[in-house]
Amino acid sequence: MKILVCMKQVPQKDAPLKLNESGMWIREDVSYEVNEPDAYALEEALRQREKHKGEVVVITSGPARAQQVLREALAKGADRAIHLENDKFVGLDAFNTAKAIASAIKDEQFDLIFTGLQSDDYGYAQTGVILAELLGWPHATIIMQIEKTESGIRVKRELEAGYFQFVDMPLPAVLTIQSGINKLRYATLIGIKQAKNKPLRKVTFGEVQSAIGNNLQKIERLYVPQKTKKTEYIEGPASEVAKKLVDKMRNELRVL
Amino acid sequence: MSDTIMVVVEQREGKLNRVSWETITAGQAIAAATGWPLDATVVGANVSSIAGEIAGKKLTKVYAVESPRLEPYTPDAFAAALKQFLATRQPRLVLMPHTYQVRDFVPKLATAIGRAVISDCIGFKHEDGKLVFTRQMFQGKLAADVSFTSDAPWFVTFQNGAFRGDKAEAGASPAPVETVTVEIAEGVIRNKPQEIFKEAKQAVDLTQAEIIVAVGRGIKEQKNIEIAKQLADALGGDLAASRPICDSGWLPMDRQIGSSGQTVAPKLYLALGISGAIQHIVGMKGSRAIIAVNKDSEAPIFEIADYAVVGNLFDIVPPLIEEVKKAKG
Repeated sequence: MKILVCMKQVPQKDAPLKLNESGMWIREDVSYEVNEPDAYALEEALRQREKHKGEVVVITSGPARAQQVLREALAKGADRAIHLENDKFVGLDAFNTAKAIASAIKDEQFDLIFTGLQSDDYGYAQTGVILAELLGWPHATIIMQIEKTESGIRVKRELEAGYFQFVDMPLPAVLTIQSGINKLRYATLIGIKQAKNKPLRKVTFGEVQSAIGNNLQKIERLYVPQKTKKTEYIEGPASEVAKKLVDKMRNELRVL
Repeated sequence: MSDTIMVVVEQREGKLNRVSWETITAGQAIAAATGWPLDATVVGANVSSIAGEIAGKKLTKVYAVESPRLEPYTPDAFAAALKQFLATRQPRLVLMPHTYQVRDFVPKLATAIGRAVISDCIGFKHEDGKLVFTRQMFQGKLAADVSFTSDAPWFVTFQNGAFRGDKAEAGASPAPVETVTVEIAEGVIRNKPQEIFKEAKQAVDLTQAEIIVAVGRGIKEQKNIEIAKQLADALGGDLAASRPICDSGWLPMDRQIGSSGQTVAPKLYLALGISGAIQHIVGMKGSRAIIAVNKDSEAPIFEIADYAVVGNLFDIVPPLIEEVKKAKG
């Protein structure tokens, strides 16, 4: 099986974010990491390749710093990487991001494309499904298990409130992968070494520009949300905080 | 194109998903702000009774979009049905709840007609005749007001809990219901879904718990779960976790709170080292009181906490256990 994994670099979960001078975006001087569900998508692709042979290709879009997620993926065992490299990719909406990816892979023949179920930064939860529609492929979302069958694949979809469903589908297909589908591996030293010699194809904005159009939605402003709830901050040394919390539990919340 | 708003309610296996009332409330609020009429639609194989159920609300018209091929749910059939139907009605705005099912088909539907979805919104603003929709970004640390730059129809999905379902206004008389039959060709549906099932019976029912002590990534290591358990025991409460903890296998899946786990409303929810990702918050924001302990002062959990402790949980929890034991005598 030849599998493409779409990966995204996002600000680290506990990184404090600041708005930039324009107030339209965040300041870039934060730490980044791979979007968590994408890491599970990569792991699943590597496991499928181990079972069924084939190739795992990773793709990302973003500025030069985003190459880090591809390097890590290659170190974990991906065979090659594609980087749509330009700052402008950061400002694309989900529709155009999917179009850029579709354009960058138009000469490839994948059996499966994996994405994380959503990104931890924008949280659109759309790019994978849009990509499937652009390619004319079937898709399934929030996947917790993938088995190859005679005619295609059987996947386990997570539904809400603890429910699941198996779905049989033909290939090629796009799947959005849920965190926790597997256990993540670490890159080995030898893997990190080998990654340096693996192919990484760079795609410029110009190469895909004709495939993308104007964004269909626009962020008018970005801001720190206003608090709607009154929060009381409990401060002091730990022992004092503990006493105050117990006092709140007993006298205000009446749970003790 | 007509200036109408269309709410598409959600049904699964012939039952209305209650979150649909919230979307109707949202639609009514936008209708009040814009003056645009509000219609509602239910899509499925045999959904006239659901159409009747929602027709009691203050709506101009209700549509039942039907085809035998719409049961069981598939993204191919739902996108095809709504594409056909919306082409005939041409609403300006299409509203849906941001459920797993909607997430599965609405980006496909919008793409098929060259339009966009502003997803997972928590509100809207009508400014100088322009509609913008508010959504959380960066795990709720920031918010963005987003507008459409494309032609209509505009698709918007609303986060669970963004509007109050019980505030959906009833109509003076039932709205007229029209059944629209759509044609879905045999080859359109490529996926074959099997029966829906629940994983091995849930051993733990957290929905009845009065006190919940929940742990998140801040607990760092599996062995540290023990101090949270001791606190839960001292309080006479139950232990729960955010998704990453269960994904790591540190606690069983049936102790997970959030959109993919249980939804709880205890008297006290004590969140230890939980940052407060949206997917977690939807499962616990109904708690009567929330105490949050987190070392990151910007953690979104503090947005909804009644009492906030910015600090290291490993410093706070041990003396807290002692104080609780003392208080309980």
